[in-house]
Amino acid sequence: MVDFALPPNSRVQPGKVYKAAGAKRVKVFKIYRYDPDSGANPRLDSYEIDLDNCGPMVLDALLKIKNEIDSTLTFRRSCREGICGSCAMNIDGTNTLSCLKPIEDIAGEAAIYPLPHMPVVKDLIPDLTMPYAQLASVKPWMQTQTAPPPDGERLQSPEEREKLDGLWECILCFCCQTSCPSYWWNGDRYLGPAVLLQAARWILDSRDEMTGERLDALEDPFKLYRCHTIMNCTKTCPKGLNPAKAIGAIKEKLIERRL
Amino acid sequence: MTTRNRPLSPHVQIYKMPFTAILSISHRITGIALALGTVVLGYWLASAAYGPAAYGHAQAILGSLVGKLVLFGWTGALFYHLCNGIRHLFWDVGHGYEKAEADKSGRMVVAAAAALTLLAWIIG
Repeated sequence: MVDFALPPNSRVQPGKVYKAAGAKRVKVFKIYRYDPDSGANPRLDSYEIDLDNCGPMVLDALLKIKNEIDSTLTFRRSCREGICGSCAMNIDGTNTLSCLKPIEDIAGEAAIYPLPHMPVVKDLIPDLTMPYAQLASVKPWMQTQTAPPPDGERLQSPEEREKLDGLWECILCFCCQTSCPSYWWNGDRYLGPAVLLQAARWILDSRDEMTGERLDALEDPFKLYRCHTIMNCTKTCPKGLNPAKAIGAIKEKLIERRL
Repeated sequence: MTTRNRPLSPHVQIYKMPFTAILSISHRITGIALALGTVVLGYWLASAAYGPAAYGHAQAILGSLVGKLVLFGWTGALFYHLCNGIRHLFWDVGHGYEKAEADKSGRMVVAAAAALTLLAWIIG
């Protein structure tokens, strides 16, 4: 349901301020902090960073804070090159990967929050149990009924393969999923842009033989049709993919099979 | 692992809504405004059926400055909702999903709605 206000235990309080002594080029990072052990409400801590002594990306600043200022700051990160999807978070009001977001692209203070409208495990780490369960529900693997050719793989023409471009590149960071107001309000029933893009990836795969069953499973007022083309997903995707278009392709397939 | 007391991360409070999202929520708000405006339309028609005195009263209310402002807003809502509805029809047949296209069609909708509203008031 639509609820614009945060629950009482989620309201963000002012936090600590960490000054950067003697720095010339200072950038302030305001970072959402939540410590599950303290029982206190989340807070917004301010960290002053000396840009002359920091890497170019937001992830570099987070690592600098963790290494040099406050080792309790907690976030997911791995590849630092935009392929693992771990460091997805809300930076400067938009979801993106901190490793791909240049600090210099942020005007003024840099506000950093966990992915929106998710339960927070700690600091910038959201609990992604729900989207992972939703992903599993669309069976994101090839399903077939016929036996593969005895002498090789299931083949695809270059044209058939081309239909998967813009879909296979998804790294499941859930930036789009958690940018979607429909998913915020109906996340328990609407599958969300990332999961629907994965569903489209298998519906549009010429080798998959369960297309009908996949479409049956999505033909539902909530699972698919809560998409209202708000386009936050497409605007926020750090890989430049287009979940809104993928959802449109599913809707088109559903209409096509009725004609 | 317990999930009971976990806080909910901020959402509308912190998200910078892109142009397309603002147009989307405007579509819903204008839809609600149109539904409410239909009640006013019903009142105006009913007053005409009721008699000259009631109709005169309704005309006086709707013809006042406040009444005219409400009607102007209603006209604007009507044309915006209409134009954006057509934009939705294009999406429904699979066109206009690219980022630049969605922004462009959004600007066209705003411009068309403004022009049609002004035109309606100039002619009417």
